[in-house]
Amino acid sequence: MAASEETPVQMADPATIVLGVIGADCHAVGNKILEHVFRGAGFNVVNLGVMVSQEEFIAAAIETNAQAIVVSSLYGHGEIDCRGFRESCIEAGIQDILLYVGGNLVVGKTDFAAVEKIFRDMGFDRVFPPGTDPLDGVASLRKDLAGGSASHA
Amino acid sequence: MPRYLLADIGSTFTKVCLVDTATVEALATSSAPTTIASDVNAGFDAALEKMPVPLDGIEATLVCSSAAGGLQIAAVGLVPELTLQAAKYAALGAGGKVIRTFSYLLTGEDLQALRDLKPDIVLLSGGTDGGNTQYILQNARLLQERLPSIPLIVAGNRAAEDELREVFRGRPDVFFTRNVMPDLHTLNLEPAREQIRNVFLDRIVLAKGLSKLQARAQVVMPTPEAVLRAVSLLSAGVEGRAPGMGELLMVDIGGATTDVYSCAAGQPESAATILKGLPEPFNKRTVEADIGMRHTLRYLLEEAGLERLCAESGLEPDAVRQWADLVTAEPRRVPATSQERAIDVACARAGCGVAVARHCGKLEETYTAAGKLYIQQGKDLGSVKTVIGSGGPLAWAGAARTILEATGRRPGEAALKPRAPSFYMDERYLMWAMGLLAEREPRAALALMRKHIVKVCEEDGD
Repeated sequence: MAASEETPVQMADPATIVLGVIGADCHAVGNKILEHVFRGAGFNVVNLGVMVSQEEFIAAAIETNAQAIVVSSLYGHGEIDCRGFRESCIEAGIQDILLYVGGNLVVGKTDFAAVEKIFRDMGFDRVFPPGTDPLDGVASLRKDLAGGSASHA
Repeated sequence: MPRYLLADIGSTFTKVCLVDTATVEALATSSAPTTIASDVNAGFDAALEKMPVPLDGIEATLVCSSAAGGLQIAAVGLVPELTLQAAKYAALGAGGKVIRTFSYLLTGEDLQALRDLKPDIVLLSGGTDGGNTQYILQNARLLQERLPSIPLIVAGNRAAEDELREVFRGRPDVFFTRNVMPDLHTLNLEPAREQIRNVFLDRIVLAKGLSKLQARAQVVMPTPEAVLRAVSLLSAGVEGRAPGMGELLMVDIGGATTDVYSCAAGQPESAATILKGLPEPFNKRTVEADIGMRHTLRYLLEEAGLERLCAESGLEPDAVRQWADLVTAEPRRVPATSQERAIDVACARAGCGVAVARHCGKLEETYTAAGKLYIQQGKDLGSVKTVIGSGGPLAWAGAARTILEATGRRPGEAALKPRAPSFYMDERYLMWAMGLLAEREPRAALALMRKHIVKVCEEDGD
């Protein structure tokens, strides 16, 4: 189930993405904004809201045949919450799904390049720093879906 | 004189009930052992002969049935908590008995189990609309190959429908209906429920020997579906004409299983509570297959804990164990002594508590950076004010309150049971009959229920 190369976004059959805030994190505002922006860009958005577990993301992605999982984390525990996410996807048979993550991923002022590396090593295709314009996320997703998925571990 | 003769062909007893919808009266009821193995008519006639009033001027004879094992459904879905759960809700709402469930890809062992179980219907779901098609297609191919003669209802991803029709081409016993879970946040159970009922009427009635009744009566639905219809009507009322009782919970304690029905939205009551998991149907039915007063009493005692039951009721563990052995061997046994009655009531109370706890949603406390929060899974029935008891030893003096009190939420209990309910009793065990009547004469059915569902007195059980 590779992210299909021949499915351009904003067609009659839009790409499905699963969206949510991972872990014991209840920041709802950014989640609503992302839903709004991705939906406006023509994606079929399955928004799981706040406090979403890895299992919920994966179950939703299986049933809806999603091409990407977009994970937010605002409260600093993202690294712990996201650990093993790609492995769980592999176990569940959706090994090729695009995994995005963004937000305040770690506590304190860690250099973003270091944070990005941590999450890339965990198998996330793209990592977004705090304050990213949601439209950058949209542009990246369009690019990844059109050009085949980025490499992951 | 618009009279209806209503009958329930149960697994043990055939019950009949004569109602007059003009005077809004249940004129008479009677029962006799079910005779489905030979000719269902014999038991039906025997019950009719016992009726103390003349059976004339009858507008229609309507029948529901749970005989010959009930309507046995095996549900197949993709993710257990998602489409499989949705399929289970649909099957239960249609009055079915969910005998097995299967998720992801059917294995050789699963298929063998299905062959051995011989369900009346396999309900096949999987994928939201436009979602995953791979699993449902593969499962369909396996079912077609290995079980080509079990009636099948397909209620999965619409995007797979054309290919699925191809897989099942030429099969007269495969029926297509809408997806039970069209998207991740929506259940659509009504079309599947309707289709299950059609299959029940077209095929199962014949297969179970109920068609022998057809010259004199109309078999219209499985018994649990009739009860669910009655409960829904009682809750909602007849729009613009007669009010219902509002949100409610009903427990039907049987010999082998305990059914719980709720008509309630069950949304979180506080802003600090986050709702998780699949949405649940407003009119929800669950069946506890291990909670019963006779055949399954041993399991109930295990689940509820014999010691706790004895501590609560002041009974001796040995006496309770002895009673459990007796009634397991002889399910038709009725308590003869006051001690046996006390045991029966204590068991019903325990069963009621367990069955309702499983039916209700759960609340879990969690700590976040923003402070303490609650996560709710399933329905919060805390604000439900009406709890109705039906079946079991409820009808005995003083027992109803003792038993139904177990449906209330105790401090610290995780299950979101009603907080401060009033208790009612389906005094004449009429819910199934009212469900049959509901389609033809909803106002009369509602009025009859409001008349015969009586409030349990405060002092009862003291």
